[in-house]
Amino acid sequence: MATSGDLPFDVESVRRDFPILDQRLLNDKPLVYLDTAATSQKPRIVIDKLVECCEKYNSNVHRGIHQLGDRMTTELENAREIVQRFIGAKDVDEIVFTSGTTMSLNIVAHGWGRKFLKPGDEILVNPMEHHANLVPWQLAAKATGAVLKYIPLTNDGRLDLSHLDELLTTRTKLVAVTAMSNVLGTINPIGELAQRAHAVGALICVDGAQSVPHSSTNVRALNIDFLAFSGHKLYGPTGIGVLWARKELLESMDPFLAGGHMIREVFEQSSTWADPPAKFEAGTCPFIEAVALGAAIEYVTKLGIDRIAKYEHQLSVYAHQRLNEVPGVRILGPSVEHKGAILSLVIDGLHAHDLSDLLDREGVAIRAGHHCTMPLHELLGLTSSARASLAFYNTRSEIDKLIEAIDSAKKVFQRRSGSRPGATR
Amino acid sequence: MSDELYDDHILDHFESPYHKGHLDCPTCSHSDKNPICGDQVTIELSIDENQRVRQAFFDGKGCAISQAAASILCESIEGKTLAELQEFQAKDMLDLLKVRLTASRQKCGLLGFKVLKTMLYSLEQPKAVEETA
Ligand SMILES: Cc1ncc(COP(=O)(O)O)c(C=O)c1O
Repeated sequence: MATSGDLPFDVESVRRDFPILDQRLLNDKPLVYLDTAATSQKPRIVIDKLVECCEKYNSNVHRGIHQLGDRMTTELENAREIVQRFIGAKDVDEIVFTSGTTMSLNIVAHGWGRKFLKPGDEILVNPMEHHANLVPWQLAAKATGAVLKYIPLTNDGRLDLSHLDELLTTRTKLVAVTAMSNVLGTINPIGELAQRAHAVGALICVDGAQSVPHSSTNVRALNIDFLAFSGHKLYGPTGIGVLWARKELLESMDPFLAGGHMIREVFEQSSTWADPPAKFEAGTCPFIEAVALGAAIEYVTKLGIDRIAKYEHQLSVYAHQRLNEVPGVRILGPSVEHKGAILSLVIDGLHAHDLSDLLDREGVAIRAGHHCTMPLHELLGLTSSARASLAFYNTRSEIDKLIEAIDSAKKVFQRRSGSRPGATR
Repeated sequence: MSDELYDDHILDHFESPYHKGHLDCPTCSHSDKNPICGDQVTIELSIDENQRVRQAFFDGKGCAISQAAASILCESIEGKTLAELQEFQAKDMLDLLKVRLTASRQKCGLLGFKVLKTMLYSLEQPKAVEETA
Protein backbone atom coordinates (compact mmCIF):
# COMPACT_ATOMS: atom_id res chain seq x y z
CA MET A 1 0.00 0.00 0.00
CA ALA A 2 1.25 3.42 -0.88
CA THR A 3 1.93 5.66 2.08
CA SER A 4 2.05 9.41 1.60
CA GLY A 5 5.83 9.06 1.53
CA ASP A 6 5.69 7.19 -1.77
CA LEU A 7 3.38 9.58 -3.59
CA PRO A 8 4.92 12.26 -5.77
CA PHE A 9 4.75 15.66 -4.16
CA ASP A 10 1.73 17.46 -5.58
CA VAL A 11 2.88 21.06 -5.41
CA GLU A 12 -0.17 22.46 -7.20
CA SER A 13 -2.49 21.01 -4.62
CA VAL A 14 -0.22 22.22 -1.81
CA ARG A 15 -0.25 25.73 -3.27
CA ARG A 16 -4.03 25.81 -3.01
CA ASP A 17 -3.61 25.46 0.77
CA PHE A 18 -1.89 28.88 0.86
CA PRO A 19 -4.39 31.65 0.07
CA ILE A 20 -1.73 34.34 -0.25
CA LEU A 21 0.00 32.60 -3.15
CA ASP A 22 -2.96 33.00 -5.45
CA GLN A 23 -2.66 36.68 -6.10
CA ARG A 24 -1.49 39.16 -8.67
CA LEU A 25 0.63 42.12 -7.80
CA LEU A 26 1.21 45.39 -9.65
CA ASN A 27 0.88 45.14 -13.42
CA ASP A 28 -0.95 41.85 -13.02
CA LYS A 29 2.24 39.94 -12.20
CA PRO A 30 1.61 36.75 -10.24
CA LEU A 31 3.36 36.62 -6.87
CA VAL A 32 6.54 34.56 -6.86
CA TYR A 33 7.40 34.34 -3.18
CA LEU A 34 11.04 33.42 -2.64
CA ASP A 35 11.51 34.87 0.83
CA THR A 36 10.47 32.03 3.11
CA ALA A 37 13.71 32.20 5.11
CA ALA A 38 12.57 35.64 6.29
CA THR A 39 9.06 34.47 7.03
CA SER A 40 6.98 31.63 5.64
CA GLN A 41 3.47 31.86 4.27
CA LYS A 42 0.57 30.39 6.23
CA PRO A 43 -1.72 27.61 5.07
CA ARG A 44 -5.47 28.08 5.30
CA ILE A 45 -5.64 25.59 8.16
CA VAL A 46 -3.44 27.85 10.31
CA ILE A 47 -5.42 30.95 9.45
CA ASP A 48 -8.63 29.07 10.22
CA LYS A 49 -7.25 27.96 13.56
CA LEU A 50 -6.46 31.56 14.54
CA VAL A 51 -9.99 32.59 13.61
CA GLU A 52 -11.50 29.60 15.39
CA CYS A 53 -9.69 30.51 18.61
CA CYS A 54 -10.86 34.11 18.39
CA GLU A 55 -14.42 33.28 17.44
CA LYS A 56 -15.12 30.24 19.56
CA TYR A 57 -13.07 29.94 22.74
CA ASN A 58 -10.67 32.84 23.23
CA SER A 59 -10.00 33.09 26.92
CA ASN A 60 -6.88 33.41 29.03
CA VAL A 61 -5.17 30.13 29.77
CA HIS A 62 -4.41 28.54 33.15
CA ARG A 63 -6.67 31.08 34.85
CA GLY A 64 -10.45 31.24 34.66
CA ILE A 65 -12.43 28.25 35.82
CA HIS A 66 -14.91 28.36 32.99
CA GLN A 67 -15.64 26.49 29.81
CA LEU A 68 -13.85 28.83 27.46
CA GLY A 69 -10.76 28.93 29.65
CA ASP A 70 -10.75 25.14 29.87
CA ARG A 71 -10.99 24.75 26.12
CA MET A 72 -8.28 27.30 25.38
CA THR A 73 -5.96 25.73 27.95
CA THR A 74 -6.56 22.27 26.52
CA GLU A 75 -5.78 23.55 23.02
CA LEU A 76 -2.59 25.22 24.25
CA GLU A 77 -1.33 22.16 26.06
CA ASN A 78 -2.23 20.05 23.03
CA ALA A 79 -0.07 22.35 20.90
CA ARG A 80 2.77 21.83 23.35
CA GLU A 81 2.47 18.08 22.87
CA ILE A 82 2.47 18.53 19.10
CA VAL A 83 5.76 20.45 19.38
CA GLN A 84 7.17 17.80 21.71
CA ARG A 85 6.45 15.01 19.22
CA PHE A 86 7.69 17.08 16.28
CA ILE A 87 11.18 17.54 17.73
CA GLY A 88 11.36 14.26 19.61
CA ALA A 89 11.56 15.80 23.09
CA LYS A 90 11.42 13.41 26.02
CA ASP A 91 9.05 15.43 28.13
CA VAL A 92 6.31 17.91 27.28
CA ASP A 93 7.51 20.18 30.10
CA GLU A 94 10.68 20.76 28.13
CA ILE A 95 8.74 22.80 25.57
CA VAL A 96 8.79 26.51 26.46
CA PHE A 97 6.63 28.80 24.36
CA THR A 98 8.45 32.06 23.66
CA SER A 99 7.95 34.91 21.23
CA GLY A 100 10.47 33.47 18.75
CA THR A 101 14.02 32.29 18.19
CA THR A 102 15.47 35.57 19.40
CA MET A 103 13.63 35.36 22.70
CA SER A 104 14.48 31.68 23.11
CA LEU A 105 18.19 32.34 22.66
CA ASN A 106 18.09 35.31 25.01
CA ILE A 107 16.45 33.12 27.65
CA VAL A 108 19.39 30.72 27.38
CA ALA A 109 22.01 33.47 27.33
CA HIS A 110 20.52 35.08 30.43
CA GLY A 111 19.06 32.16 32.33
CA TRP A 112 21.93 29.76 31.73
CA GLY A 113 24.78 31.97 30.48
CA ARG A 114 24.74 34.64 33.14
CA LYS A 115 24.18 32.13 35.88
CA PHE A 116 26.86 29.60 35.01
CA LEU A 117 29.57 31.31 32.95
CA LYS A 118 32.69 32.45 34.79
CA PRO A 119 35.65 34.65 33.87
CA GLY A 120 37.85 32.87 31.34
CA ASP A 121 35.13 30.43 30.24
CA GLU A 122 34.76 30.18 26.50
CA ILE A 123 31.73 30.24 24.25
CA LEU A 124 32.40 28.80 20.82
CA VAL A 125 30.56 30.56 18.00
CA ASN A 126 31.30 31.05 14.30
CA PRO A 127 30.96 33.78 11.68
CA MET A 128 27.84 32.37 10.00
CA GLU A 129 25.62 32.87 13.05
CA HIS A 130 22.58 35.10 12.82
CA HIS A 131 22.89 38.08 15.16
CA ALA A 132 20.28 36.36 17.34
CA ASN A 133 22.74 33.58 18.20
CA LEU A 134 25.71 35.89 18.54
CA VAL A 135 24.82 39.19 20.20
CA PRO A 136 23.15 37.55 23.25
CA TRP A 137 26.40 35.64 23.77
CA GLN A 138 28.44 38.81 23.45
CA LEU A 139 26.34 40.34 26.22
CA ALA A 140 26.56 37.21 28.37
CA ALA A 141 30.33 37.17 27.89
CA LYS A 142 30.60 40.81 28.83
CA ALA A 143 28.51 40.29 31.95
CA THR A 144 30.44 37.24 33.16
CA GLY A 145 34.00 37.71 31.88
CA ALA A 146 33.67 34.78 29.51
CA VAL A 147 35.10 35.12 25.99
CA LEU A 148 33.81 34.29 22.52
CA LYS A 149 35.91 32.09 20.28
CA TYR A 150 35.21 31.55 16.61
CA ILE A 151 35.28 28.38 14.56
CA PRO A 152 36.62 29.57 11.19
CA LEU A 153 34.79 28.90 7.94
CA THR A 154 36.12 27.06 4.92
CA ASN A 155 36.33 28.97 1.66
CA ASP A 156 33.07 27.45 0.54
CA GLY A 157 31.25 28.57 3.70
CA ARG A 158 31.23 25.50 5.91
CA LEU A 159 32.51 25.20 9.46
CA ASP A 160 36.20 24.40 9.30
CA LEU A 161 36.50 21.66 11.91
CA SER A 162 40.09 20.75 11.05
CA HIS A 163 41.44 22.51 14.14
CA LEU A 164 38.44 22.03 16.36
CA ASP A 165 40.50 20.28 19.03
CA GLU A 166 42.43 23.50 19.62
CA LEU A 167 39.26 25.56 19.90
CA LEU A 168 37.06 23.17 21.79
CA THR A 169 38.76 22.58 25.13
CA THR A 170 37.84 22.15 28.76
CA ARG A 171 37.56 25.95 28.92
CA THR A 172 34.68 25.77 26.46
CA LYS A 173 31.36 25.85 28.27
CA LEU A 174 29.03 26.22 25.32
CA VAL A 175 28.95 25.77 21.56
CA ALA A 176 26.35 28.09 20.01
CA VAL A 177 25.67 27.09 16.44
CA THR A 178 23.01 27.28 13.78
CA ALA A 179 21.78 24.05 12.26
CA MET A 180 21.31 25.85 8.93
CA SER A 181 22.79 29.17 7.87
CA ASN A 182 20.15 31.69 6.83
CA VAL A 183 22.54 33.13 4.21
CA LEU A 184 24.85 30.40 2.99
CA GLY A 185 22.30 27.65 3.47
CA THR A 186 25.06 25.53 5.01
CA ILE A 187 23.78 22.57 7.00
CA ASN A 188 26.06 22.09 9.99
CA PRO A 189 26.96 18.70 11.49
CA ILE A 190 25.02 19.19 14.73
CA GLY A 191 25.24 15.59 15.94
CA GLU A 192 29.01 15.57 15.58
CA LEU A 193 29.36 18.97 17.25
CA ALA A 194 27.16 17.84 20.13
CA GLN A 195 29.32 14.81 20.67
CA ARG A 196 32.54 16.80 20.58
CA ALA A 197 31.14 19.49 22.85
CA HIS A 198 30.02 16.93 25.40
CA ALA A 199 33.40 15.22 25.27
CA VAL A 200 34.97 18.34 26.81
CA GLY A 201 32.06 18.97 29.17
CA ALA A 202 30.49 21.77 27.14
CA LEU A 203 26.83 22.19 26.20
CA ILE A 204 25.48 22.90 22.73
CA CYS A 205 22.83 25.51 21.91
CA VAL A 206 21.32 25.06 18.46
CA ASP A 207 19.60 27.77 16.44
CA GLY A 208 16.97 25.82 14.55
CA ALA A 209 15.18 28.81 12.99
CA GLN A 210 16.02 27.69 9.45
CA SER A 211 16.49 23.96 9.92
CA VAL A 212 13.41 22.96 11.90
CA PRO A 213 10.92 24.02 9.18
CA HIS A 214 12.80 22.24 6.41
CA SER A 215 14.17 18.98 7.75
CA SER A 216 13.35 16.55 10.49
CA THR A 217 14.80 17.37 13.89
CA ASN A 218 15.13 14.99 16.79
CA VAL A 219 16.70 16.55 19.84
CA ARG A 220 17.36 13.20 21.48
CA ALA A 221 18.94 11.58 18.43
CA LEU A 222 21.12 14.69 17.98
CA ASN A 223 21.85 14.66 21.69
CA ILE A 224 21.78 18.46 21.96
CA ASP A 225 21.07 20.64 24.99
CA PHE A 226 19.14 23.67 23.74
CA LEU A 227 17.09 24.26 20.58
CA ALA A 228 15.44 27.51 19.51
CA PHE A 229 13.04 28.11 16.62
CA SER A 230 10.30 30.47 15.42
CA GLY A 231 6.70 29.79 14.51
CA HIS A 232 6.55 32.30 11.69
CA LYS A 233 9.21 30.49 9.67
CA LEU A 234 7.39 27.20 10.26
CA TYR A 235 4.17 28.19 8.47
CA GLY A 236 2.72 29.43 11.76
CA PRO A 237 1.98 32.92 13.08
CA THR A 238 4.39 35.60 14.26
CA GLY A 239 4.87 36.22 17.96
CA ILE A 240 5.37 32.57 18.86
CA GLY A 241 8.46 30.42 19.07
CA VAL A 242 9.91 27.58 21.04
CA LEU A 243 12.77 26.97 23.39
CA TRP A 244 13.50 23.36 24.06
CA ALA A 245 16.09 22.35 26.64
CA ARG A 246 16.71 19.22 28.65
CA LYS A 247 14.58 19.32 31.75
CA GLU A 248 17.44 19.41 34.24
CA LEU A 249 18.84 22.43 32.42
CA LEU A 250 15.53 24.25 32.53
CA GLU A 251 15.34 23.42 36.23
CA SER A 252 18.82 24.74 36.98
CA MET A 253 18.52 27.94 34.91
CA ASP A 254 17.34 31.27 36.23
CA PRO A 255 14.18 32.73 34.77
CA PHE A 256 14.67 35.60 32.31
CA LEU A 257 11.41 37.54 32.30
CA ALA A 258 9.62 37.83 35.61
CA GLY A 259 5.98 38.44 36.38
CA GLY A 260 2.77 36.47 36.50
CA HIS A 261 2.54 32.72 35.87
CA MET A 262 6.26 32.09 36.32
CA ILE A 263 6.16 32.06 40.11
CA ARG A 264 5.36 29.49 42.73
CA GLU A 265 5.10 31.85 45.69
CA VAL A 266 5.62 35.57 45.99
CA PHE A 267 6.54 37.22 49.25
CA GLU A 268 7.22 40.85 49.95
CA GLN A 269 10.97 40.57 49.39
CA SER A 270 11.43 37.46 47.29
CA SER A 271 9.77 34.78 45.22
CA THR A 272 10.16 31.19 44.21
CA TRP A 273 9.74 29.90 40.70
CA ALA A 274 7.18 27.70 39.07
CA ASP A 275 8.35 24.50 37.42
CA PRO A 276 9.35 24.66 33.75
CA PRO A 277 7.95 25.50 31.29
CA ALA A 278 5.90 28.04 33.32
CA LYS A 279 9.11 29.37 34.88
CA PHE A 280 10.06 30.78 31.47
CA GLU A 281 6.60 31.87 30.35
CA ALA A 282 6.06 35.02 32.38
CA GLY A 283 2.90 36.94 31.64
CA THR A 284 0.14 35.96 29.25
CA CYS A 285 1.72 33.77 26.63
CA PRO A 286 0.66 34.16 23.00
CA PHE A 287 -1.71 31.24 23.41
CA ILE A 288 -3.69 31.75 20.22
CA GLU A 289 -0.48 31.86 18.20
CA ALA A 290 0.81 28.78 20.04
CA VAL A 291 -2.33 26.85 19.15
CA ALA A 292 -2.02 27.94 15.52
CA LEU A 293 1.63 26.85 15.55
CA GLY A 294 0.37 23.45 16.61
CA ALA A 295 -1.92 23.46 13.57
CA ALA A 296 1.02 24.44 11.34
CA ILE A 297 3.15 21.58 12.66
CA GLU A 298 0.28 19.13 12.14
CA TYR A 299 0.00 20.38 8.57
CA VAL A 300 3.72 19.93 7.94
CA THR A 301 3.67 16.51 9.59
CA LYS A 302 0.79 15.42 7.42
CA LEU A 303 2.65 16.45 4.28
CA GLY A 304 5.67 14.66 5.71
CA ILE A 305 8.75 16.63 6.73
CA ASP A 306 11.00 14.19 4.88
CA ARG A 307 8.97 14.56 1.68
CA ILE A 308 9.12 18.32 2.12
CA ALA A 309 12.90 18.17 2.56
CA LYS A 310 13.26 15.98 -0.52
CA TYR A 311 11.08 18.19 -2.72
CA GLU A 312 12.81 21.36 -1.54
CA HIS A 313 16.20 19.82 -2.22
CA GLN A 314 15.22 18.86 -5.78
CA LEU A 315 13.95 22.37 -6.37
CA SER A 316 17.13 23.79 -4.91
CA VAL A 317 19.25 21.62 -7.20
CA TYR A 318 17.28 22.94 -10.16
CA ALA A 319 17.64 26.55 -8.97
CA HIS A 320 21.38 26.13 -8.50
CA GLN A 321 21.70 24.64 -11.98
CA ARG A 322 19.75 27.45 -13.61
CA LEU A 323 21.50 30.22 -11.69
CA ASN A 324 24.93 28.78 -12.35
CA GLU A 325 24.18 29.23 -16.04
CA VAL A 326 23.62 32.98 -15.66
CA PRO A 327 26.85 34.87 -16.41
CA GLY A 328 28.09 37.15 -13.64
CA VAL A 329 26.13 35.40 -10.91
CA ARG A 330 27.90 33.97 -7.90
CA ILE A 331 26.02 31.81 -5.40
CA LEU A 332 27.38 32.08 -1.87
CA GLY A 333 28.04 29.04 0.27
CA PRO A 334 28.85 25.39 -0.33
CA SER A 335 27.67 23.18 -3.16
CA VAL A 336 24.04 22.25 -3.16
CA GLU A 337 24.37 18.88 -1.41
CA HIS A 338 25.60 20.61 1.75
CA LYS A 339 22.84 23.21 1.84
CA GLY A 340 19.24 23.88 2.56
CA ALA A 341 17.15 25.56 -0.13
CA ILE A 342 18.67 29.01 0.25
CA LEU A 343 20.44 30.83 -2.58
CA SER A 344 22.27 34.02 -1.71
CA LEU A 345 23.59 35.78 -4.77
CA VAL A 346 26.07 38.37 -5.75
CA ILE A 347 25.81 39.69 -9.29
CA ASP A 348 28.59 41.63 -10.96
CA GLY A 349 27.70 45.29 -11.28
CA LEU A 350 24.24 44.86 -9.80
CA HIS A 351 23.69 45.83 -6.19
CA ALA A 352 21.40 43.55 -4.15
CA HIS A 353 18.92 46.39 -3.55
CA ASP A 354 18.66 47.27 -7.20
CA LEU A 355 18.27 43.61 -8.06
CA SER A 356 15.50 42.99 -5.55
CA ASP A 357 13.73 46.17 -6.61
CA LEU A 358 13.82 45.17 -10.26
CA LEU A 359 12.72 41.62 -9.41
CA ASP A 360 9.86 43.00 -7.36
CA ARG A 361 8.58 44.72 -10.47
CA GLU A 362 8.25 41.25 -11.99
CA GLY A 363 6.40 40.00 -8.92
CA VAL A 364 9.43 38.10 -7.63
CA ALA A 365 9.95 38.67 -3.90
CA ILE A 366 13.47 38.07 -2.60
CA ARG A 367 15.43 39.67 0.22
CA ALA A 368 18.38 42.04 -0.03
CA GLY A 369 20.71 43.15 2.72
CA HIS A 370 23.03 41.55 5.24
CA HIS A 371 20.28 39.27 6.58
CA CYS A 372 21.32 39.92 10.19
CA THR A 373 24.75 38.41 9.58
CA MET A 374 27.13 41.38 9.51
CA PRO A 375 30.25 39.42 10.58
CA LEU A 376 29.62 36.92 7.79
CA HIS A 377 29.22 39.64 5.15
CA GLU A 378 32.34 41.34 6.47
CA LEU A 379 34.21 38.06 6.09
CA LEU A 380 32.90 37.65 2.55
CA GLY A 381 33.91 41.24 1.76
CA LEU A 382 30.33 42.20 1.01
CA THR A 383 27.98 44.79 2.41
CA SER A 384 24.93 42.97 1.21
CA SER A 385 23.65 40.05 -0.80
CA ALA A 386 20.40 39.08 -2.47
CA ARG A 387 18.73 35.98 -1.13
CA ALA A 388 16.16 33.70 -2.71
CA SER A 389 14.87 31.13 -0.26
CA LEU A 390 12.59 28.28 -1.22
CA ALA A 391 9.78 26.34 0.36
CA PHE A 392 7.72 23.33 -0.66
CA TYR A 393 5.07 25.64 -2.17
CA ASN A 394 7.52 26.94 -4.78
CA THR A 395 7.68 25.49 -8.27
CA ARG A 396 10.17 25.04 -11.07
CA SER A 397 8.30 27.57 -13.15
CA GLU A 398 8.80 30.09 -10.35
CA ILE A 399 12.54 29.41 -10.53
CA ASP A 400 12.28 30.06 -14.28
CA LYS A 401 10.58 33.39 -13.55
CA LEU A 402 13.38 34.26 -11.14
CA ILE A 403 15.96 33.58 -13.84
CA GLU A 404 14.06 35.62 -16.44
CA ALA A 405 13.71 38.49 -14.00
CA ILE A 406 17.44 38.39 -13.19
CA ASP A 407 18.21 38.42 -16.90
CA SER A 408 16.13 41.49 -17.51
CA ALA A 409 17.45 43.22 -14.38
CA LYS A 410 20.96 42.71 -15.67
CA LYS A 411 19.94 44.24 -18.99
CA VAL A 412 18.74 47.44 -17.32
CA PHE A 413 22.29 48.02 -16.15
CA GLN A 414 24.22 46.38 -19.00
CA ARG A 415 22.37 47.95 -21.90
CA ARG A 416 24.13 51.16 -21.15
CA SER A 417 27.60 50.34 -19.91
CA GLY A 418 30.23 52.06 -21.96
CA SER A 419 27.69 53.17 -24.51
CA ARG A 420 27.23 56.77 -23.60
CA PRO A 421 29.11 59.12 -25.79
CA GLY A 422 29.30 62.59 -24.38
CA ALA A 423 29.04 61.67 -20.76
CA THR A 424 31.08 64.45 -19.28
CA ARG A 425 30.45 64.32 -15.60
CA MET B 1 7.35 61.56 -11.61
CA SER B 2 8.40 58.49 -13.47
CA ASP B 3 7.24 55.00 -12.55
CA GLU B 4 10.29 53.58 -14.23
CA LEU B 5 12.68 53.51 -11.32
CA TYR B 6 15.84 52.95 -13.30
CA ASP B 7 15.27 55.63 -15.89
CA ASP B 8 18.02 57.45 -17.75
CA HIS B 9 18.22 60.21 -15.18
CA ILE B 10 19.10 57.78 -12.35
CA LEU B 11 21.28 55.49 -14.44
CA ASP B 12 23.21 58.41 -15.96
CA HIS B 13 24.09 59.66 -12.53
CA PHE B 14 24.92 56.16 -11.30
CA GLU B 15 27.21 55.35 -14.19
CA SER B 16 28.78 58.74 -14.69
CA PRO B 17 28.39 60.47 -11.37
CA TYR B 18 28.80 64.18 -10.85
CA HIS B 19 31.79 65.05 -8.69
CA LYS B 20 32.48 61.61 -7.36
CA GLY B 21 35.75 61.78 -5.49
CA HIS B 22 37.34 64.08 -2.98
CA LEU B 23 38.11 67.77 -2.55
CA ASP B 24 41.65 68.79 -1.73
CA CYS B 25 40.67 70.99 1.20
CA PRO B 26 37.02 70.51 2.04
CA THR B 27 35.46 73.00 4.44
CA CYS B 28 33.49 70.15 5.89
CA SER B 29 32.88 66.50 5.34
CA HIS B 30 30.59 63.84 6.75
CA SER B 31 29.86 60.14 6.15
CA ASP B 32 27.06 57.83 7.06
CA LYS B 33 25.90 54.30 6.43
CA ASN B 34 22.52 52.79 6.01
CA PRO B 35 22.72 50.12 8.71
CA ILE B 36 20.17 47.94 6.96
CA CYS B 37 22.14 47.46 3.76
CA GLY B 38 25.59 48.90 4.45
CA ASP B 39 25.30 51.53 1.72
CA GLN B 40 27.67 54.36 2.39
CA VAL B 41 27.94 58.00 1.36
CA THR B 42 30.47 60.72 2.20
CA ILE B 43 29.84 64.32 1.24
CA GLU B 44 32.47 67.03 1.16
CA LEU B 45 31.77 70.72 0.66
CA SER B 46 33.92 73.71 0.04
CA ILE B 47 32.12 76.80 1.26
CA ASP B 48 33.14 80.32 0.32
CA GLU B 49 33.26 83.40 2.52
CA ASN B 50 29.68 84.26 1.57
CA GLN B 51 28.47 81.00 3.06
CA ARG B 52 27.82 79.65 -0.40
CA VAL B 53 28.65 76.09 -1.56
CA ARG B 54 31.45 76.48 -4.06
CA GLN B 55 31.91 72.78 -4.72
CA ALA B 56 30.25 69.58 -3.54
CA PHE B 57 31.81 66.12 -3.90
CA PHE B 58 30.63 62.74 -2.78
CA ASP B 59 32.07 59.31 -2.45
CA GLY B 60 30.48 56.04 -1.50
CA LYS B 61 29.34 52.63 -2.43
CA GLY B 62 25.96 51.07 -2.64
CA CYS B 63 22.91 50.64 -4.78
CA ALA B 64 22.16 52.74 -7.84
CA ILE B 65 19.55 54.79 -6.02
CA SER B 66 21.76 55.81 -3.09
CA GLN B 67 24.71 56.66 -5.32
CA ALA B 68 22.74 58.44 -8.05
CA ALA B 69 20.90 60.44 -5.42
CA ALA B 70 24.20 61.59 -3.88
CA SER B 71 25.40 62.64 -7.33
CA ILE B 72 22.18 64.53 -8.06
CA LEU B 73 22.42 66.16 -4.66
CA CYS B 74 25.96 67.41 -5.27
CA GLU B 75 25.02 68.76 -8.66
CA SER B 76 22.06 70.67 -7.34
CA ILE B 77 23.53 72.23 -4.20
CA GLU B 78 26.52 73.94 -5.76
CA GLY B 79 26.00 77.68 -5.73
CA LYS B 80 23.40 77.49 -2.98
CA THR B 81 23.86 79.32 0.32
CA LEU B 82 23.84 77.49 3.60
CA ALA B 83 20.63 79.32 4.44
CA GLU B 84 19.07 77.92 1.27
CA LEU B 85 20.24 74.47 2.19
CA GLN B 86 18.56 74.76 5.59
CA GLU B 87 15.30 75.12 3.69
CA PHE B 88 16.04 72.11 1.53
CA GLN B 89 13.68 69.34 2.65
CA ALA B 90 13.51 65.58 2.14
CA LYS B 91 10.61 66.08 -0.21
CA ASP B 92 12.72 68.39 -2.37
CA MET B 93 15.39 65.72 -2.54
CA LEU B 94 12.89 63.07 -3.59
CA ASP B 95 11.51 65.47 -6.21
CA LEU B 96 15.00 65.92 -7.63
CA LEU B 97 15.21 62.17 -8.25
CA LYS B 98 12.16 62.41 -10.52
CA VAL B 99 11.16 58.82 -9.77
CA ARG B 100 8.70 57.43 -7.29
CA LEU B 101 10.43 55.52 -4.49
CA THR B 102 8.70 52.97 -2.31
CA ALA B 103 9.02 53.50 1.43
CA SER B 104 11.83 50.97 1.65
CA ARG B 105 13.83 52.60 -1.14
CA GLN B 106 13.41 56.12 0.23
CA LYS B 107 16.12 55.27 2.77
CA CYS B 108 18.46 54.72 -0.17
CA GLY B 109 17.35 57.87 -1.96
CA LEU B 110 17.75 59.99 1.16
CA LEU B 111 21.09 58.68 2.42
CA GLY B 112 23.14 61.53 0.90
CA PHE B 113 20.52 64.05 1.96
CA LYS B 114 20.78 62.79 5.54
CA VAL B 115 24.55 63.12 5.43
CA LEU B 116 24.22 66.70 4.18
CA LYS B 117 21.68 67.64 6.84
CA THR B 118 23.78 66.17 9.64
CA MET B 119 26.78 68.08 8.35
CA LEU B 120 24.86 71.37 8.21
CA TYR B 121 23.61 70.78 11.70
CA SER B 122 27.12 70.32 13.07
CA LEU B 123 28.25 73.43 11.17
CA GLU B 124 25.62 75.44 13.03
CA GLN B 125 26.70 74.25 16.45
CA PRO B 126 29.89 76.31 16.97
CA LYS B 127 28.15 79.39 15.62
CA ALA B 128 25.34 78.98 18.11
CA VAL B 129 27.93 78.79 20.87
CA GLU B 130 29.63 81.94 19.62
CA GLU B 131 26.39 83.83 19.59
CA THR B 132 25.53 82.96 23.12
CA ALA B 133 29.08 83.50 24.32
C1 LIG C 1 19.21 31.44 11.52
C2 LIG C 1 18.29 32.40 12.19
N1 LIG C 1 18.37 32.58 13.51
C3 LIG C 1 17.55 33.42 14.17
C4 LIG C 1 16.59 34.16 13.51
C5 LIG C 1 15.73 35.10 14.29
O1 LIG C 1 14.42 34.67 14.30
P1 LIG C 1 13.27 35.60 14.88
O2 LIG C 1 13.44 36.93 14.24
O3 LIG C 1 12.01 34.91 14.49
O4 LIG C 1 13.45 35.65 16.37
C6 LIG C 1 16.47 34.00 12.12
C7 LIG C 1 15.47 34.75 11.35
O5 LIG C 1 15.65 35.80 10.84
C8 LIG C 1 17.35 33.11 11.46
O6 LIG C 1 17.28 32.96 10.12
